[in-house]
Amino acid sequence: MTGAGIEIENLVKDYPGHTALDRVSLSIDPGSYTVILGPSGSGKTTLLAILGGFVEPSSGVVTVDGHDVTTVAPSKRPTTTVFQDYALFPHMTVGQNVGFGLEMRKVNKKKRGDLISEALEMVGLAHTSDRHIADLSGGQRQRIALARALIVKPRVLLLDEPLGALDVKLRRQMQDELTRIHDTVGTTFVHVTHDQEEAMSLADTIVILRDGRIEDMGSPERLYLNPATAFSARFMGDSNVISGTVAAGGDTVDTVWGTIGVAQTNNPNSLVTLSIRPEHLELGPEGPGNLGEWVVHESHFLGQRQRVVARRDSHEVLISLPQTASVRPGDWVILGVAPDRAKIVIGDA
Amino acid sequence: MKLLRGSIAWIYALVVFGFILLPVVSLVVFSFQATNLPLPPFTGPSLRWYEALFADSGMVEALRNSLIVGVISAFFSTMLGFLSAYGLARYRPAGAQATRAALMTPLGVSYLVIGFGLAITANELALGRSLVLVTLGHIIINLPLAFAIILSQMRDEDETLEKAARDLGANEWIVITRIAIPVVLPGLLAAFLLSFTLSWDEFIIAFFLADFDVTLPIEIWSQLRTGLDAKTNAAGTLVFAISVVTLTLAYVLNRAVQQRSRRP
Repeated sequence: MTGAGIEIENLVKDYPGHTALDRVSLSIDPGSYTVILGPSGSGKTTLLAILGGFVEPSSGVVTVDGHDVTTVAPSKRPTTTVFQDYALFPHMTVGQNVGFGLEMRKVNKKKRGDLISEALEMVGLAHTSDRHIADLSGGQRQRIALARALIVKPRVLLLDEPLGALDVKLRRQMQDELTRIHDTVGTTFVHVTHDQEEAMSLADTIVILRDGRIEDMGSPERLYLNPATAFSARFMGDSNVISGTVAAGGDTVDTVWGTIGVAQTNNPNSLVTLSIRPEHLELGPEGPGNLGEWVVHESHFLGQRQRVVARRDSHEVLISLPQTASVRPGDWVILGVAPDRAKIVIGDA
Repeated sequence: MKLLRGSIAWIYALVVFGFILLPVVSLVVFSFQATNLPLPPFTGPSLRWYEALFADSGMVEALRNSLIVGVISAFFSTMLGFLSAYGLARYRPAGAQATRAALMTPLGVSYLVIGFGLAITANELALGRSLVLVTLGHIIINLPLAFAIILSQMRDEDETLEKAARDLGANEWIVITRIAIPVVLPGLLAAFLLSFTLSWDEFIIAFFLADFDVTLPIEIWSQLRTGLDAKTNAAGTLVFAISVVTLTLAYVLNRAVQQRSRRP
């Protein structure tokens, strides 16, 4: 079973007093793992609910594999949902939960039993069929919800913040698991989250939503290394966002931090906003050194990296340094950034 | 001083409980009287009045009627209470607040008014007084209670369960029978048992609306009018015992309900 492609055209959802989605158009590739990322209130859950058929849009069209499903009931759609709180039926056993969709499709008991075992095995919970939901841990419930939604072989699987209730370690583990399961079943996965790290580790394509509109979308690499807007630069990890004026040559920008080279040529004298990732700032005289001297204000050892905040006058810069760097608060450091590391983004600093 | 205050509290408590429970105790004790009159001294224990009770066809018939009226009215109160609670909680129709208030109003109306009103209405419609009318009256008084108990058990989180069922292909009938009802089952049983208990010993409405076929409280009352003997004590004890059993069951189920709300 392969996944279905989804086309979303001009989707609008108005609620009394606010617009949850404002003309969202989006094309999701068959079999892809698409993550919809946004802060709370960005409309991401509404978008997922519309894809699942639980909410009807005010206007706009959703097609799955070319079929208009905009007003089709959830039970008649080729989609299933993994709910945020899992929504496992508390009065049924694990097997009854997982087999519920098959029962609705009138699959006979024998075949159902086989498919249930298969689905439980896929999520690594073989032989739990007779267990009660109350006896399962959070991670196990998550897997059962996944098995229940996948057993009916949906063309699209919708996941609504499925890892939100799990602790960090379990979340990482489930991320790997989700990738593996996605590769196995080939279904299109559409996953909603507010966690950018989760989004980057899972997605082929990330769609960043902000205030009901698509802010930016693309591969995790593209979004991280070359964000289109100041918002997505800040939302996808840490970023230093500053404004400046393009200098006469067109390939440098004058800022309060110093003169910063950029890869593209721009109209001289135009105002631009730059995004510089903390790990792209280089330390010491052997670097570009174009940002001059700063004084270290805070430094935090985080294991793999060190997070350092440096100041000059009223300006503050966030730097991510390798584990081995030795800087202490009060040290003077020379900072620089290579020309292709500063990105021009849309929006204000 | 402290001792004095303590003993006053104890005496007070004994007097209050004595006042409340003494009639019940004397009712029960004298139902086992061996002689005719349910008056001291106690001459039992003897089961002769229970024998007499079950030999009295009027009493047995009334007992059966009460059971039937109780079960049927409790069933309908619970069913209608569930459907109203489900509809209001899940579909949130316009005027939900007003509907909820309207459903609860019979609680504030005296049984006398409900019984009397139904009697007049039945009369206007040329419907004879009957146990069917009594059942109807009991549904009217018990529906608000059943509704309130069940509504308190309708949790918003459970709506997601219903969504999940629909998502997996369930139609509305299956959503209600396989998901919504099982999830609030303890609440439904508690509502049923409480409704049954209230119907079981209800007098005023039954008195207004029953004709020749009567319920147990009416039969006991009419036998009391004709003369005092310990058979009515036996009947009263039976009524009391069944109420206690049902209420205990309801209490146990309510505990299960409480536990459910603490469910992870």
